[in-house]
Amino acid sequence: MKLNGSQIFVEVLAEQGVDTLFGYPGGAVLNLYDELYKNRDRIRHILTAHEQGAAHAADGYARATGRTGVVLATSGPGATNLVTGIATAYMDSIPLVAFTGNVGTALLGKDSFQEVYIEGITVPITKHNFTVRRVEDLADTMRAAFRIAQSGRKGPVLVDIPKDVTANVCEFTPKAPELIRTVTVYDEEKVLKAAELINTARRPIVCFGGGVRSAAGCQPLRDLVHKGDIPATYTLMGTGVLDYGEPHNLGMLGMHGCYAANKAVSEADLVIAAGMRFSDRVALKPEAFAPKAKIIQIDIDPSELGKNVPVDLSLAGDVSYVLQAILPHIEQRYHMLWTEQIEAWQKNDYHPKDSDTELRPHQIIEEICEQCGPDAVYVTDVGQHQMWAAQYLHHTQSRGFITSGGLGTMGFGYGAAIGAQVALGTDKRVVMLTGDGSFHMNLNEGCTAVSYGLPIITVIFNNQVLGMVRQWQTAFYGKRYSCTDPGRRTDFVKLAEGFGAKGYRCNTIAEFRAAFADARLQKGPSWIDCRIAKDEKVLPMIPGGGDINDIIME
Amino acid sequence: MEQNQPTPAQRRVISLLVENQNGVLARVSSLFCRKGFNIDSLTVSTTRDPAVSRITVTLRGSQREVEQLLLQTERLEVTRQIFELRPDNSLQRELLLLKVECDATNRSQLWELANMYKAKLLDMSPDSMVVELTGKPEKIDAFLTMFEGYTVLEMCRTGVTALERGGRHPHMQKPPQEVRAVQLKDIELTRHPAKGAPARPAADEAQP
Repeated sequence: MKLNGSQIFVEVLAEQGVDTLFGYPGGAVLNLYDELYKNRDRIRHILTAHEQGAAHAADGYARATGRTGVVLATSGPGATNLVTGIATAYMDSIPLVAFTGNVGTALLGKDSFQEVYIEGITVPITKHNFTVRRVEDLADTMRAAFRIAQSGRKGPVLVDIPKDVTANVCEFTPKAPELIRTVTVYDEEKVLKAAELINTARRPIVCFGGGVRSAAGCQPLRDLVHKGDIPATYTLMGTGVLDYGEPHNLGMLGMHGCYAANKAVSEADLVIAAGMRFSDRVALKPEAFAPKAKIIQIDIDPSELGKNVPVDLSLAGDVSYVLQAILPHIEQRYHMLWTEQIEAWQKNDYHPKDSDTELRPHQIIEEICEQCGPDAVYVTDVGQHQMWAAQYLHHTQSRGFITSGGLGTMGFGYGAAIGAQVALGTDKRVVMLTGDGSFHMNLNEGCTAVSYGLPIITVIFNNQVLGMVRQWQTAFYGKRYSCTDPGRRTDFVKLAEGFGAKGYRCNTIAEFRAAFADARLQKGPSWIDCRIAKDEKVLPMIPGGGDINDIIME
Repeated sequence: MEQNQPTPAQRRVISLLVENQNGVLARVSSLFCRKGFNIDSLTVSTTRDPAVSRITVTLRGSQREVEQLLLQTERLEVTRQIFELRPDNSLQRELLLLKVECDATNRSQLWELANMYKAKLLDMSPDSMVVELTGKPEKIDAFLTMFEGYTVLEMCRTGVTALERGGRHPHMQKPPQEVRAVQLKDIELTRHPAKGAPARPAADEAQP
């Protein structure tokens, strides 16, 4: 059948199972939006306040569901506003397809109004990107974009569509979506070698990351931990994969990881690294990472194997499949001495003190967990509150902790929370934890949450300063607080009301308990401004480039 | 993985078969730039398959650096095949154009020198001459050292172009979902298809 580019756009989206996209209209995408209007019963479009929010929302949608997030923006500034969102998804290997409009092909390269070479701009932050110059190529290019985003190590793909391509007509043949297969290739010999290393280790530890979630490898990971009696620690991106009630769960590793986990890695004789890439926030001193251990690394991306830390045995493949291949060869073991040793370290770990008179971050988070139960989805921005959330949220599901890990994008949270709430429906509880610094970056999306009636509860850890940077200034810059005390007087309660949301302010845990309980009854979004002390710190902390001996506990 | 460590200064030649499409060189060079790979030379040429271009890269680096370059480059969607061309199984050539200052007193000396290396005389002017030399990069390096006592006015080297010996190197379309095998002899990543995974087409195992 003969269709124009915009009709093809909608047909291919539907064909790929896309029922929701996030975006913002503009001149170059008018034809696409006209077609989306005609098909609004098939594809739901969520209009955000800013394209960056739309990109984070598509990202949050993908993180919450595992499906590919889709974002649509116009040419020029619309496209450049997506850049931070695309880079965020790229660093965390999130499947995302971004569509941008562009000026007509005859105007390309002429510095036309709202023209930007977005293909060139996004080369380093996408798995791949395309400019569609002929309508005949549109359908297959879009299909390729969805395939690339989900295959192998997942990631964002951008498709740039000039305006005339959305109007031109060509023959369209529907196709069923390609099955996304992640082919695993591994060596049976290596699987046996890995099993042998695991079976003979006396002090083994599993370190896992976001790759386990992407590969849907949570169950094989749990099986490995149980069968081999192997304690496990994780990177920020691995938060939530292992249950908190699980005795083998040692907590987070790295710069703000707990003492016991970092100590255990430094004393282990075997590290099984699954779907993690030894970033500089985990292997702070790569040459001294797990100095007494042999390291087995499992990753879907062969270029990650041994990239940051030299490893003894590497297996390239889907973590889930590789673990399932290793599992039958693992012997049931008990590492009594090792477990006792770790328990002793855990007793010496950092434990914050409660307070009735002033709000303390860990108490706020414990109260949130208490009220929301195990099924809620938690979204964070970036900074101190993010680390507190990772340390103290003891109630998350494998897809229940959404955070910007690799890029560390302040302002990520509200867009992502919108994406998650849209994906999961308003019956699901979505809580967004943010700081006053991060929230000021993208709180404009408050209007979006109000428009769509999304009952996102935003908890603002408001210390009136840029806490994480300030903490570094306290520790390493002689308390010279350069530009971290902005002196803002934002009234978050009034601001919430201004957007049409509900606002609360609290100074004690009792006030917070009441405010949060009330917020849970609201139909729309609510913001809770929690006043915490300026000098609250994220502890423990290992300074960049340091090791377990440099850990700061108070 | 660590054995056979070459000296860091050794020149390595990488051959890269890529989709012949708009912007492919920009993608490859952007990757080299952002990963900090230090490239000595890079040449792009067509192949007998119009859909495929060949990029030949020379660089000096350790085994580890070269492995990272191969693995990172293989991640690009436009990459069809990438492999190292080792001196023992490949032919490597480079072309040099050299313009040297000369006058009546040293013209015959220079002419003799060029002849010794079988360089071609392309231009002779009263104050200069231009010679052309084709050969292995080492030969060109050696040739250039012979001109150290003379005044070189200008020179231009094409960079290495190289082919593997024997047989035809098939340019297979890489299957979309497949984890592609890098052809690195020492690399630790030799892979075999897992159960249920489609087998790689035999023709794709290209190294003779």
